Amino acid sequence: MLLSMNWISDFVDLSGLDKLKLINQFSLSTAEVENEIFFKGSDISGIVVAQIMEVNDHPDSKKLHLLKVDAGDNKLTDVVCGAPNVRVGMKTAFAKVGAKIGEIEIAPRALAGYTSFGMCCSEKELGMSDDNSGIMDLPLDLPNGKDLKEIYEIEDIIFEVDNKSLTNRPDLWGHYGIAREFAALSGRPLKEIPTVDLTKFESLPKVDMKIEDPLCLRYSCIQVENITKNVSPQNMKIRLFYCGMRSINLLADLTNYLMLEMGQPMHAFDSRTVEKIRIKRFEDKFSFTTLDGVERDIDENTLMICNDNTPVAIAGIMGGLDSEIKEDTTRLTLESATFDSVSVRKSTVRLGHRTDASQRYEKSLDPEMTVPAIGRFLNLLLEIDPSVKVVSALTDEYAKKYDTVNLTFDKAFVDKYTGIEISKETILKTLISLGFKAECENDTFSVTVPSFRATKDVTMKADIIEEITRIYGYDNFDVNTAMAPLYPVRADIEKQNEDNIKDILVKKYSLHELHSYVWTYNDEYKALGIEVEDNIRLLNATNPNIETIRKSIIPTQLCQVKVNTGYAPEFGVFEIGRVVEGLDENNLCIEKKKLAVTLFSKEKDVPALYLHLRDIIATLCDDLKHKTVTFKTEEATHSYEHIKNLNGIYVDGVRLGCMGIVHPTVSKKIDKKASIVFMEMDVKEFAELKNESIAYTEPSRFPEMEIDLTFISEKYEPIGEAIKNQNCDLIKKVTVTGTYEDEAGKSITVRILFSHNDRTLTREEVMEIANKIIEELSKNNIPLKS
Amino acid sequence: MSQKVNELKDTLVARLSSAKDMTEVETIRVEYLGKNGLITGLLKGMKDLSIEEKKEFGGKVNELKNEAGELILKKQEELKAEEIKKELEKMPEIDVSIPLDLKRGSYHPITLVQRELEKIFKTMGFNVEDYSEVVTDYECFESLNIPKHHPARDMQDTYYLTNGQLLKSQTSAAQNAIYKKYKEALFNEGKPIKAIFPGRCFRNEATDACHENTFFQMEGVMVDKDISISNLIFFMKKMLSEVFKKDIKVRLRPGFFPFVEPGFELDISCLICGGEGCPSCKHSGWLELCPCGMIHPEVLKAGGIDPDEYTGFAFGLGLTRLAMMKYGVKDIRDLNSGSLKSLAQFTFDE
Repeated sequence: MLLSMNWISDFVDLSGLDKLKLINQFSLSTAEVENEIFFKGSDISGIVVAQIMEVNDHPDSKKLHLLKVDAGDNKLTDVVCGAPNVRVGMKTAFAKVGAKIGEIEIAPRALAGYTSFGMCCSEKELGMSDDNSGIMDLPLDLPNGKDLKEIYEIEDIIFEVDNKSLTNRPDLWGHYGIAREFAALSGRPLKEIPTVDLTKFESLPKVDMKIEDPLCLRYSCIQVENITKNVSPQNMKIRLFYCGMRSINLLADLTNYLMLEMGQPMHAFDSRTVEKIRIKRFEDKFSFTTLDGVERDIDENTLMICNDNTPVAIAGIMGGLDSEIKEDTTRLTLESATFDSVSVRKSTVRLGHRTDASQRYEKSLDPEMTVPAIGRFLNLLLEIDPSVKVVSALTDEYAKKYDTVNLTFDKAFVDKYTGIEISKETILKTLISLGFKAECENDTFSVTVPSFRATKDVTMKADIIEEITRIYGYDNFDVNTAMAPLYPVRADIEKQNEDNIKDILVKKYSLHELHSYVWTYNDEYKALGIEVEDNIRLLNATNPNIETIRKSIIPTQLCQVKVNTGYAPEFGVFEIGRVVEGLDENNLCIEKKKLAVTLFSKEKDVPALYLHLRDIIATLCDDLKHKTVTFKTEEATHSYEHIKNLNGIYVDGVRLGCMGIVHPTVSKKIDKKASIVFMEMDVKEFAELKNESIAYTEPSRFPEMEIDLTFISEKYEPIGEAIKNQNCDLIKKVTVTGTYEDEAGKSITVRILFSHNDRTLTREEVMEIANKIIEELSKNNIPLKS
Repeated sequence: MSQKVNELKDTLVARLSSAKDMTEVETIRVEYLGKNGLITGLLKGMKDLSIEEKKEFGGKVNELKNEAGELILKKQEELKAEEIKKELEKMPEIDVSIPLDLKRGSYHPITLVQRELEKIFKTMGFNVEDYSEVVTDYECFESLNIPKHHPARDMQDTYYLTNGQLLKSQTSAAQNAIYKKYKEALFNEGKPIKAIFPGRCFRNEATDACHENTFFQMEGVMVDKDISISNLIFFMKKMLSEVFKKDIKVRLRPGFFPFVEPGFELDISCLICGGEGCPSCKHSGWLELCPCGMIHPEVLKAGGIDPDEYTGFAFGLGLTRLAMMKYGVKDIRDLNSGSLKSLAQFTFDE
């Protein structure tokens, strides 16, 4: 919103004060002011009123005229002018030789063979409007030679406030509310807004008006006729233009002016088309043409202003084309109303049409403002056009009043909340300057919130703190540390494990941490031959490619691996991220935090890469939990899993997740030759595993004994089981020293280390244990290799 | 006879001097000093000599034996020294200037920035909390004093799920749970609630170089008896000076967020120009950095904490924005791209 310092100064005398400093203070205490501040008219000088005394055609040009103008300096000045509206006797804005307009300094200048000693100016050339249709046509009563800046408010400081920082302040959507802030910040009094006493029209007939819907909080209107003027005063046009609006005609300008001044949107209807005002919604959908000529679909939720049953305006948003003021309108009905803010906002969104009015209504305007706005409107209108007649009584239906907000609090509350000492006098002065009623008795404040702050903004004690402190100035705060008791902070084990997992994967295994999205990427999955598994979906994804929430990180990670195939012949990536595993019995998402790892290699074959992945998992379990991981073969169920070698990851009987090989269909689409393996496990389950503490055993002082046994077996697992089954505490360590493949099949050599803490072992007792292992295995068809 | 001894010595010296390696020397040693070697062989011709002669000759042979042993040993040592010399020379000069290839892993830049901040907050006694990404309307809005028809709840801003839950649009969604988790310790032990909660947030918007639908924030709260605005400003200043590792000037402006009252926008003096004004701060000298404020009484109430007895402050930091600022990442989309060309550069955990 663009704001005019001149306009603000109508309501608070800021003379002698540094305006820029005040604007900066406003930015720190009220709402953010954009950096660029415009000093309108400061680059214009030497523009005076001049009368055209002679107009002669230019011999060689149809457009140009040769003028003699009287600029009030007792001579006639020759001017060459191309404006179409020149005529003898008219008064216009004249830039004398030596005048400045922006970067240009006016000097005698030859134009098509004649010298022009100055320039007649249009409003646009002077930056007063965008009207460039001709030179200014000034009132004849202005004295020649008078500086235009002394006549019109060409000079102004314009600053812009970010609309977003005003969302909670309906009172700041007009200059009067802004002026109240400047009054509070400067300590100067706020003037009352000039208005017309409406009671004097009480005897006139009322307008036929009725609110038939609770979405209209208040509707006030009055009828006037005999408007003879059509053009707004120059200063009004300048203000509107500086504040971002174009002058249209007097009535339109006045409604806009009122809105920019008081924040109250107003609307004028032709009384011929609107005789019976009804405010209501319609059950059936219909289309309605607004005054911008656009046909809009209206549904059952949109509040309409109607002439009996004919809609004439979308309440709070825009008027209709048919009821617009026309050339021959003689009597008009002036509307000043308040509508439900949520309803206006929703209608705006539905219609996709936001207007200056709806923008204000969305913020919960103060219904108390409707009647003063009419008073101010008439005040301005009658001043401009004294022939205007008010022909109805003020007609006002106040359907829903906001409650008055009264608050009481102690000085101690303010002290506690602020942490500094602000005097009672300062508190009272601040609140009163902001329009609050406030008094203080025995350190207890009683405050009544003004209606323009009570629609939603200020409702409780903490809100009052903001009012006091923002005007006090946060820069003026004495800052202090909190005095809180000291307690140790225990680190969260899950968080700690997460950090450790990342460190091990990055530092020990040189993996790269990536982030991916929480939803499936349908197109990318399809390209890799990965099925998008059904899961909970986004209700309102704008992109159908990202509709489904992922069940596993692996597919999204495979998409990322695909992006990186050219990065290096071998790399690994990981992510700790979220997945949703369907819904629970309360229809809530079962969200899990998972660690996913994918290894990619053009150098290692699949078994080597897979065993490397196994080592990574085992290291995590061992390093962080001192636990040994075990694996159990599982059935592949996902499109990206190889049907073989899918293994569940188990620690202490808890399944943490699984590891597997990527299905060749998917794998080949990522890279024709690379080996790709993956694992995914639950981080929370992992964190919950009990950390095995270190069990120290005294090393034996007696010699150890080793024996090597070679069995014909496909897998190590049964051999390991058989050794474990001996339940023998003399066995200290088992290692696999080698595997061979020959005509007898695959064989595995294990080395078993025995030792006794108190004595030297005999060959016989060790062999006895070994024989038991051999015996058990041979029963299971795993013979000792001879 | 003694001539034979001298001849033998001469041939040995000649043989040794022409010997080229250890094996040859060993052959010579066996030939001369072996059990049936030439020197022992000399003694075989002694049986025809007188005792006197035997004594004299035997002494000479023994002398030769010792001399031969020494000569051979000397030769062996010479050869060994030569071998070491050759080995030393054989070693090539290794080119240590060839480019390094450390095969280092990497952290996501968000992890790095998050850890840095967590470290700072831990030193100030804050708990680090983790929270889910799928939350309820109550957690994300209702409990945070965001009324039913607030624009923040609009479909165009928030990703809703088909079951009525939503992807959290702000880390504040964890506030309610955190108050409930720590309030007993606050009431019973007087232990202030001090927590930060970094997390991933989602906004339903189109992505470009500056906008992402998935990004990280970090939020912090402190609740105790008598926490004041003065404390908030003090804390923010100290904390941010620690984050940026230099003394930071802060300024507060009123800012409207439904879950704080009063709410602030906190600006810091521009890190590039120090407040003089430069293109980075649009010549204002200030950078808008984080929203903060005193926790709204309704929010405390929803968390089971009596706002008449306790007060607190809350603040938010854009982790993604901080990471981009810190590393000069220009396109926000790089962070979730998965591209190792970008992301493998973050190898260093400071």
